[in-house]
Parts: sequence; C-alpha cells; structure tokens
Amino acid sequence: MSGFEKITSTFVPIKAENIDTDQIIPARFLKATTREGFGQNLFCDWRYEKDGSPKPGFILNDPIWSGEILVAGKNFGCGSSREHAAWALADYGFRVVVSSFFADIFKANALNNFLLPVQVSEDFLQEIFARAEGNHNLLLSVDLASQIIRIESGGREESFEINAYKKACLLHGYDDIDFLLSQKENIEAFEKKHLFSQF
Amino acid sequence: MSRTLFDKIWDSHVVARSEGGPDVLYIDRHFIHEVTSPQAFSGLRKRGIPVFRTGQTIATADHNVPTEHQDRPISEPLSRLQVEALINNCAEFGVNLYGLGHPYQGIVHVIGPELGITLPGMTIVCGDSHTSTHGAFGTVAFGIGTSEVEQVLATQCILKEKPASMRITIEGKLDAGVTSKDLILYIISQISTSGGTGYFVEYAGSAIRALSMEARMTICNMSIEMGARGGMIAPDETTFDYIAGREFAPHGEDFQRAVAFWKTLHTDEDAVFDKELFFDAADIEPMITYGTNPGMGIPISASIPSLDEMPSESDRLALEKSLKYMDLQAGSQLLGKPVDYVFIGSCTNSRIEDLRQVAALVKGRKKASHVQALVVPGSQQVRAQAQAEGLDKILAEAGFFLRDPGCSACLGMNEDKVPAGKYCVSTSNRNFEGRQGPGSRTFLASPLTAAATAILGFIADARELI
Ligand code: SF4
Repeated sequence: MSGFEKITSTFVPIKAENIDTDQIIPARFLKATTREGFGQNLFCDWRYEKDGSPKPGFILNDPIWSGEILVAGKNFGCGSSREHAAWALADYGFRVVVSSFFADIFKANALNNFLLPVQVSEDFLQEIFARAEGNHNLLLSVDLASQIIRIESGGREESFEINAYKKACLLHGYDDIDFLLSQKENIEAFEKKHLFSQF
Repeated sequence: MSRTLFDKIWDSHVVARSEGGPDVLYIDRHFIHEVTSPQAFSGLRKRGIPVFRTGQTIATADHNVPTEHQDRPISEPLSRLQVEALINNCAEFGVNLYGLGHPYQGIVHVIGPELGITLPGMTIVCGDSHTSTHGAFGTVAFGIGTSEVEQVLATQCILKEKPASMRITIEGKLDAGVTSKDLILYIISQISTSGGTGYFVEYAGSAIRALSMEARMTICNMSIEMGARGGMIAPDETTFDYIAGREFAPHGEDFQRAVAFWKTLHTDEDAVFDKELFFDAADIEPMITYGTNPGMGIPISASIPSLDEMPSESDRLALEKSLKYMDLQAGSQLLGKPVDYVFIGSCTNSRIEDLRQVAALVKGRKKASHVQALVVPGSQQVRAQAQAEGLDKILAEAGFFLRDPGCSACLGMNEDKVPAGKYCVSTSNRNFEGRQGPGSRTFLASPLTAAATAILGFIADARELI
C-alpha cells in the first residue's frame, strides 16, 4: 500500500442519515471469498431496479456527481460489522467518507482499508450539502497530514480527529498486522502470566 | 482505585499500551464463521503465517446454511463455496470446526455459551456485530471486521482504543408477558440507534438480576443496535449455575477456583462511568418496531408517531422515508395489522427458553392460514432439546415449521427470505430495508408477540392469549 496524500476532489452527497451497512452492501452479496469486485454492488438496492437497470433517481446513477469523496448524513455505517461495506466503497473508488458521525466498527474497518473517515461538525456537514446544491463541481480537499478538510476554493475549513497511530499507518501505508506481528515476544510473555491460559 | 467491571477485564488483557495509540488487547476466544473469514485466511496465506492459537479459535457454519435438509449438499452454489472454503481453511490451518452435520453446529453466539466456551472475565471477538451477546456472562465481547479477524488469527491480539463506559440501570419488575426483548427494544427506542456509540455498556439493576442467562443474552445481543461497542452484565449465581457442567467449562475443583475468581468480576461501588442512564421496568410494555431501524419502536398498543411530533427536519424525513418503505401511515396503530410471515429465530431469540415460550402460547391453537410461521433454532443442541421436550410436536400441530439451525431469515442469505412487500414479525434484531430479503418489511418483536401474531394472523398483544 502506498501512503495517503492530500486529496482534492469533487464529491457525491447523500443526505440520508443512519445509512447502515445493509444498504451499503446487502447481505446477499457477502458470498464472495475475495475482497475485490464489491464496488459494482455498492448501494445496490438504491441503485438498481429489480431487473438490474439503474434507478434514475439515485445519485450514483447521475453522471454529474462523481469524485473520490462521499459525503453522507449522520451515523454512517451503522449496523452489521461487515467489512464488505468498506471494501465496496473503496472498490467503487471512494477514498474519503465525510459525515458528522460514524458507527464505531465501520470506522475501524474503513481505516483498515485505507478509506479515510472524516468526522465533521453537523454544521459543517450541512454547509457542504447546502453549497453542493446546484454546484456539482464544488471541490473538497482533505489533508490528512494537517488533519484539515476544506470547502474549496478558500471556503470554510475544519480540523478533524484521527488517532495518531492510525494516521501514521495511513500516511506510511503499513497495516495493523505488520505492527502486531512485531509484538510477538510481548504477546508470548503476556500469555505466560495470563489467567485463561489455564482453562 | 475503584474500577468498573469493564475496566477490570479490559485492563487485565492489555499486552502493550502506547501513548495516543490503541492498546494491544489479548483475545481469549475467537469465533469464526463462513462469511467474514475467507479473506482473512487468504491474508494469512499471502503472508505465509499460521493461525497463532488454534485452541482458542472456534469455527461454525451458520450465516448462509440452509435450514432444511442440512444433510444434503448445499444447492445454492455461492453458499456452498463459502461453506466449503471454511471447511478447507479450518483443515489447512488446524482450526476446530463445528460444521454442518456436527451436533454442536449452530449460530456462533448460541453455541459459544451453550458449550461453556464463553466464560466470565474473557475477551471474545467474532467477525459479527452481535458478538456482544457473550457479554451476558461478564465478558468483554465485541464484533470485528475481516481485517481484524486476520489480526486475531495471526497474533491472538487486536489493536483497539479503550472505549468510554456507560451504565444502564433498570430497576423494578417486568410485567407478565413483557420479556427481555421488550426491555432492550424499549431502551433503544429511548436512546436511538446512536445513543450508545463510542461506549461499552454495563447493564445493571434489579430488573437485570432477575433475568435468566438466556434473557440476559437477548439484552446484550442488541447492544450494538444502540451503536454501543458491546454490552455486559456482571456474573452472579445465575451465571455460575448456567455454566456448571457445560462441555468446555472448567469442572470439579477447577470450577470452584474459577467461581472464586468470577465473583471478583463486578463494578466497584464508587466506580465512575462516563455516562449513566436509568429506566424503570414498570414503564415497559411489549414493544414492536414500525420503521427501518431498531430505534423506531413503540409499545404494542401505541400509535406510530406523527410527522409533526418529530424533533427535527431530518427526523421527519427519516420517518417519512421508512414509513414509505414499510407502507404504513404516521399516527396509525399496528395492533390488528395483518402480516404474512412470522420468523422466530436468530441469535437474539432462538434458544430453548424462547422456543418453550412460543410452544406454551401456541399449544392447542392453530396459526392463521395466511401466515407462514418459521421457527429456526439457534443450534443443533437447542433443536435436540426441543425435540426431547416434545416442543416440535406442539409447534407442528399449530402449523409452525421447526427447521434446522442457522441465521436464516435474520439476514436472508440462504433461501429463507421474506418476499418483497410482505410483512414479517421477526424475533431477530434488525429491521433495515431489505434485511430479510429485497423489499421485505420487518417488525421486530419478542417471541411471545411473534407467536400471538402467527395465531391471530395480525399484530397482536400476546398478553391477551396468555
Ligand atoms: S442470527 Fe442474524 S444477527 Fe445473529 S449472527 Fe446470524 S446473521 Fe448475525
């Protein structure tokens, strides 16, 4: 994995709140045994009619909206722990998801797949939605190094939180398993004194 | 220093802690199933590393297995592929599998407790959000994603920031006909599906103490539906009695020593939580959901909220959207609404006590002819017990099918789906759009409400039949 640099992109706004992972990728698509290809079924039931033709009203079917950033309503990614939701978003081409609130497991899953969840204030989120109205060329820039998201150009900006360890992982492109494997000795030492080793 | 139960268990599992970073948390038990594990095993293979602690890893097939003719090959090719991948991965990596045909097979959150694998004081993870179920035994148990499954397979550890703590205290006595499912649906309806986000919840109070282990599991199971990382209940005599004699639980003197330790697992009296909530059990009626998230619940005799009752524009839009999906009217009543399906099952309500409650209610009655009533036990052991007690006959006489165990219509990954536009009263935990099949419309409720609804053919208050 290469490191995560500053992203400046148009975005796709989906105002709905409480978008759960069953909407992001319905359970019937979880039967794959690899991580690839989930993007084509992202938001499947909102995006396609029963016969597989695109539903005209859904934003991903409207070519004027595109970009590497998804902006969604509060409490994004609630529900099932399926990491397939993060895979589907990343596979579709999103690299950043902006919302005023993320469900915990989704946030962890996203970070593990180099998809950056950016949590902004409700106010900031509403401003993005408002300014996007009628302006599908509006740009957002997300700078992980300085932890700043900005409405371009020269618009309002806000800083966002990210755990220092995760930030380093994203910036340098290494993952949790590399780190945990480096802890093997500590883990084995821990096991020797750990109670449940007896059971 | 005074500590919460959560602190005690979490802190005793920290292998390493770094400033500003996550803890390296040791995991005692790791459950895996066919849907969220194949990519994790591929990851190990790619790195050329083994499963670190096979003895602490337990596998079963549950999410997409058929609930009829489990002795035959799975006919749906993709499901078969995933179940076969699990068999091959477990064989290759030396992981113990309770697969199809094994007497211990079942929904992962049902078999852990019933086999005595889930024990107080442990850390437990699984690639499934309802891992919180195991918290009923005083464990720190939570769902993880597939990358994390790979981490635990590789190192028996996970990287996690310690969440904040919340205590929810429920005092008083639940009325007859009000179950622990109603209690948890009530709490979620009060605090919403994000009311617990960021927190690990401990449930306490006399109403919780009075519950059986199975009823406690139902509560902890749905912690995730309020957004919480997990939920837990301090172990007590009810817990120890449940564990005693179970297959993989400690026996004899080991058991006595374990109980002595388990008794230390409680929140110290002056420990401080980041947030505390209080509820009165007497306020709780049988609950049912009307919308498309588990927080949209009402007492069964109440009306669906009206649009102008909504506190904000976004809540109004959300209500409108879900009522449109459900084809229901704001302000109308659910009692008396005809339904097409009744599903009794899922890791929330598929244990023997649930089946006993249902059987007791339907005994000597017949389901309404237009309703399909599916009873899917949580495990082979639950099924065998139901047969030993003759519950299968009672159910059959009432027109209910007792199936083979699995997740079934909880998430509609196998053939058990609710068709588009049809209504289902379900004892599962999620009423999201399409959860039980594309276009399906779900009302979440207790096994009693589900059983009464199947008998009458429309949404009913079980207290009128008891
Ligand atoms: S029964 Fe439903 S909620 Fe429980 S583990 Fe299976 S799919 Fe998940």
